[in-house]
Amino acid sequence: MNKLRTGAFHTGMILLSLLWLGPVIWVVVMSTRSFDDIAAHGVGSLPRSFTLDTYRQAWTDGGELRALINSMLVTVPSVALSLALAAMAAFALSRFRIPGRRTILLLMLAGNLLPPQILLIPVAKFSELTGLYDTLWALIAVQVGFGLGFYTFVLHGFMRELPGEIQEAATIDGAGPAQIFTKVMLPLTRPALAALGALSFTWIFNDLLWAITVLRTDDNMPVTPALLGLQGQFVSSWNVIAAGTVIAAVPTVAVFLRFQRHFVSGLALGAVK
Amino acid sequence: MTATISTTPVTPTRRRRRSARLSPLLVAFVLVPFAVESVWVFWPALQGFWFSLTRWDGMSPPTFVGVDNYVELAGDATFRGALLNTVIWLVLFGGLSVLGGFGMALVLQRERRGVGFYRAALFTPVVFSLVVTALVWRVFYQPDGVADTLLRAVGLEQLIRPWLADPQTALYAVILPALWRQIGYVMVLYLAGLKAIDPALHEAARMDGASSWQRLRHVTIPQLRGVNAVVLSVIVIDSLRSFDIVWSLTKGGPYHSSELLSTYMYSTAFQSLRLGYASAIAVVIFVLALAVILGYLVRAFREEA
Repeated sequence: MNKLRTGAFHTGMILLSLLWLGPVIWVVVMSTRSFDDIAAHGVGSLPRSFTLDTYRQAWTDGGELRALINSMLVTVPSVALSLALAAMAAFALSRFRIPGRRTILLLMLAGNLLPPQILLIPVAKFSELTGLYDTLWALIAVQVGFGLGFYTFVLHGFMRELPGEIQEAATIDGAGPAQIFTKVMLPLTRPALAALGALSFTWIFNDLLWAITVLRTDDNMPVTPALLGLQGQFVSSWNVIAAGTVIAAVPTVAVFLRFQRHFVSGLALGAVK
Repeated sequence: MTATISTTPVTPTRRRRRSARLSPLLVAFVLVPFAVESVWVFWPALQGFWFSLTRWDGMSPPTFVGVDNYVELAGDATFRGALLNTVIWLVLFGGLSVLGGFGMALVLQRERRGVGFYRAALFTPVVFSLVVTALVWRVFYQPDGVADTLLRAVGLEQLIRPWLADPQTALYAVILPALWRQIGYVMVLYLAGLKAIDPALHEAARMDGASSWQRLRHVTIPQLRGVNAVVLSVIVIDSLRSFDIVWSLTKGGPYHSSELLSTYMYSTAFQSLRLGYASAIAVVIFVLALAVILGYLVRAFREEA
């Protein structure tokens, strides 16, 4: 009886896993098929050819290289800057009696929970006004501004739990707030920073809405909108589009694999708070 | 351990208050991030409300028209369709991802052989962007794509249709990939919640002769109240924000059949260049989200206190 149940469990879960992984595997396989193969047998058929030329086409002709560079130019500074600013705010708000600290914290979180749609038009206009429109700077600024509230909230929850003695000891040793922050708090907050860093990397890297709101020129587009553009450029070359899709997914998959533990705990951490 | 915890609240708080009050550095630590968020979030949000009361093409200055935009929205069939679709989206996408995610968490909560792999498999799509997800699923929906091939294989070829181009099926064809991606995410949240439940509660219930269904009903589910609130907020907010997947698959078409409030707002703003009208749609989205946000914040506030 027990054996039967175990068997049923594994059979069911393997089928379900296939349902989840199947589409991904299918796209990876399709990215290695030749155009003639797909044209002759359809995207639904099993592969009868193998080529990696699709990747070259997506990479150079499709402009994915340029797009990947743009994405990294936006994502890395955005993640670093928003975590640094959020850590500062969280430190001051959680460890010191700043007047109105609870209101400030909740206001910042509320800002992050706003639907971005209400911000799109004003942000687009504001970035035009400041001359940032259609530059990667605009995208970095938006990503930092929009993410700050949530990161501050999570880091605040984390720093608040750290024992007071550590800070006390440092104060007695003559450390000012700046030293306590950099020498004591930041090292202790590393797990939360790693979790948020991994999460925000995927969020910012995967963003579409902000990118198409503050950017116009194709050359400035990050990977996500560029991938949509690739569809227009290689209309029925499903193999090239698939290759572009794989390329666009590699950085976030890499971050996920590298920070898997942090990544998963980060999702839960953000949610349980 | 207990001793140190009980002494902490008294001394450090007092000392902290004395030593660090109004240190300019700390004020800057708060003010700089707050100012950045103000410039890119708070101020634009206020402007959004103002723009919703204007007619504006983005070039000439906006003209104040009062509530005209809202009156027009009330009679706008596309808007009402988008609103209805958003509600359908909320119910189907939200409801099914909660059910699916919770079910998967229950099935996979116990540590046993293979469980790590299954969790990872369900979780994989969370890592991908919705644009990547959309492209993966386009292959499925292509004429002669995977969906059609599968249907033909089981002898159901009469069901075959242009899934994304048929107004009857477009919305549901878009919800499916969104669900595919969301279920793993909801599962992670519930796994975290389940892990936090004290096993002694289950043990006690088992001693009292509760069946596994009774334990689920009377122990597990009440204990998950906190996670439920979070999951619901996340789902409602995600539903109202949902944009990428629809934009990459159908752009709201055909004939607005898969239009959501967010896609309608975007195309009204940046394609029709009716910025005032689009702002009014955004305000509607905001008001819908507000109820949820308030619920979320009230809960967060209670925890803070």
